[in-house]
Amino acid sequence: MAEAAWETPKMARGRGNRWSRVIIYGLLAFFALVYLLPLVVMLLTSLKPLPEIYAGNMIALPQEWTVEPWRKAWEEVCVGLACHGIKGYFWNSIKMAFFGVTISTAIGALNGYVLTKWRFRGDNLLFGLILFGCFIPFQIVLIPMATILGKLGLASSTTGLVLVHVTYGIAFTTLFFRNYYAVFPDELVKAAMMDGARFWAIFFRILLPSSGPIIAVSMIWQFTNIWNDFLFGASFSTGESAPMTVALNNVVNTSTAEREYNVHMAAAVIAALPTLLVYVFGGRYFVRGLMAGSVKG
Amino acid sequence: MSSLELLGIKKRYGDSEILKGIDISVDAGEFLVLVGPSGCGKSTLLNIIAGLDTATEGDVRIGGRSVRDEHPSERDIAMVFQSYALYPNMTVAQNISFGMEMRKVPKPERERAIQDASKLLQIEHLLGRRPGQLSGGQRQRVAMGRALVRNPKIFLFDEPLSNLDAQLRLDMRTEIKKLHQRLGATIVYVTHDQIEAMTLATRIAVMRNGELQQLGTPAEVYSEPVNLFVAGFMGSPRMNLAPGRLVQAGNELVLEIQAGEQPKVAIALPSQPEAVRAYAGREIIAGLRAEAISYGAVSGNGPRRTMNATVEVTEPTGADTLAVLMVGGHEMTARLQPDFPLRAGQQGEFGIDLGKLIFFEPKGGQRIK
Repeated sequence: MAEAAWETPKMARGRGNRWSRVIIYGLLAFFALVYLLPLVVMLLTSLKPLPEIYAGNMIALPQEWTVEPWRKAWEEVCVGLACHGIKGYFWNSIKMAFFGVTISTAIGALNGYVLTKWRFRGDNLLFGLILFGCFIPFQIVLIPMATILGKLGLASSTTGLVLVHVTYGIAFTTLFFRNYYAVFPDELVKAAMMDGARFWAIFFRILLPSSGPIIAVSMIWQFTNIWNDFLFGASFSTGESAPMTVALNNVVNTSTAEREYNVHMAAAVIAALPTLLVYVFGGRYFVRGLMAGSVKG
Repeated sequence: MSSLELLGIKKRYGDSEILKGIDISVDAGEFLVLVGPSGCGKSTLLNIIAGLDTATEGDVRIGGRSVRDEHPSERDIAMVFQSYALYPNMTVAQNISFGMEMRKVPKPERERAIQDASKLLQIEHLLGRRPGQLSGGQRQRVAMGRALVRNPKIFLFDEPLSNLDAQLRLDMRTEIKKLHQRLGATIVYVTHDQIEAMTLATRIAVMRNGELQQLGTPAEVYSEPVNLFVAGFMGSPRMNLAPGRLVQAGNELVLEIQAGEQPKVAIALPSQPEAVRAYAGREIIAGLRAEAISYGAVSGNGPRRTMNATVEVTEPTGADTLAVLMVGGHEMTARLQPDFPLRAGQQGEFGIDLGKLIFFEPKGGQRIK
């Protein structure tokens, strides 16, 4: 009993408390249900044959389970005029996100390292200017960006989109890494210097191996943003080079024949799946990384 | 191991001068302690030796060769930091061998050096652990091991004991001294703790406000301080410093101490050097170490004289008792035997060793000698 007295707060006991718990958990369950409902409807719809959807209830379980809409969405559905399914666009997005995330994270890490450990005249001003990039709305840069991509010969290509996302992401990744490295002890850098390490050795051997949490934050943040981006994708890509989000829009907004809601839903779930997985598996690292201030040496 | 020379080191940040021309030179194998209150520039000076900071003016010579233009990685100096600065992502063994790895020492040689150093510091059982799993004292040893294996020309220590608890600090202090005796290495050690300075150093450099106050052996700095600052800073308890007046009485000089309405205390002095005699009839500050005062009257005509004083406070420390005495309205601390019988408020006769009495100028604080 003595142990329980400090292990469990007194508040958690007693009759009155049982009711407040019922209310709290009841409310939590109710809202969880409300938020989950769209996802449930999407999944159920994607697993039903089309006639059943037109006939019946949105929330009802399928009478006949089928994965045909999923196969169709992946391989056959028409995106605009081409009917090869969404798989090509899915890979476009994967490529775009992979390179966009790694390059912007790498540059952000390097920026953070230089801005905190190799201070120079005007470094804070420079950081301020980079930070400014976080507050520039996407719409403002569309036209100048289009001009630049055109001049570089990267218009309507995945490479061009990667460039756009890297450029936009650097402001955020630099912010993350700078703040993380700002509390990384300078003495470690000095010690490494005395040990004979130079610029790159200090970065790769000392700082980077201790940057796990912030790398996770940067990658999750960048991945979610790049994967979910629609505006840049719609503006700077055409046809076959479009990312997943743009393709999904083209699938759903097609004006031919009857609307295949089940296929649309399957495509939408596929489009949402990567960020969902990142959230489920990486979410805790995200919070942990944002909390992690210093490295205890 | 190498000699070290600092020639006219100045450091300015904008308008503020952190170091105002420091000249220090020590031979190979010496243990130099830079000591002073915080903000005196001692850490800056250490960083300049290491090459982590650059001097605005002046030169650093190691083994007679200027290293002014050399990167810290080229100077062949090892440093132990206040926070130990162990690489958190590496094991103890990796921490120790990182410097050798960077200098492209072949692996078998590195292994051997790790073994030797860890045996010397008794950290063999810790080699596989990470710094986060070590206690303060163990981290301290690892940090020293990392410096040791490099076999550098000079070791630098930046307040290495200030993060340890009192008992461990004493142990590590002895340990560092032993290490110095065994290796015969040249060491520059920064601390604000004057006891550490006294116990470790072969030479002490006392600094204040970016200026070198005194450079000397611990004994010199302790008993022959060049000015009031050094006298007050070194030693525990502090040197007693009492403003007084030198009066010529016939052939001899008399020191009169009086503050406010208190009765005057006059002490006839033995023969004094010319410089002191020149101050006859003027204000001076008398300095006397606590151990130069003893309990009980003394007889004879030697340098020891008797004076009357009231006990204000007694502080038994075990080995001896510190008594604060009221002498002519001034407090003076005396280091007395542990069984000192008087209580606070009681009066008694005390002997003072006038051979140890020194005088300072009241204005500039310089020693009169």
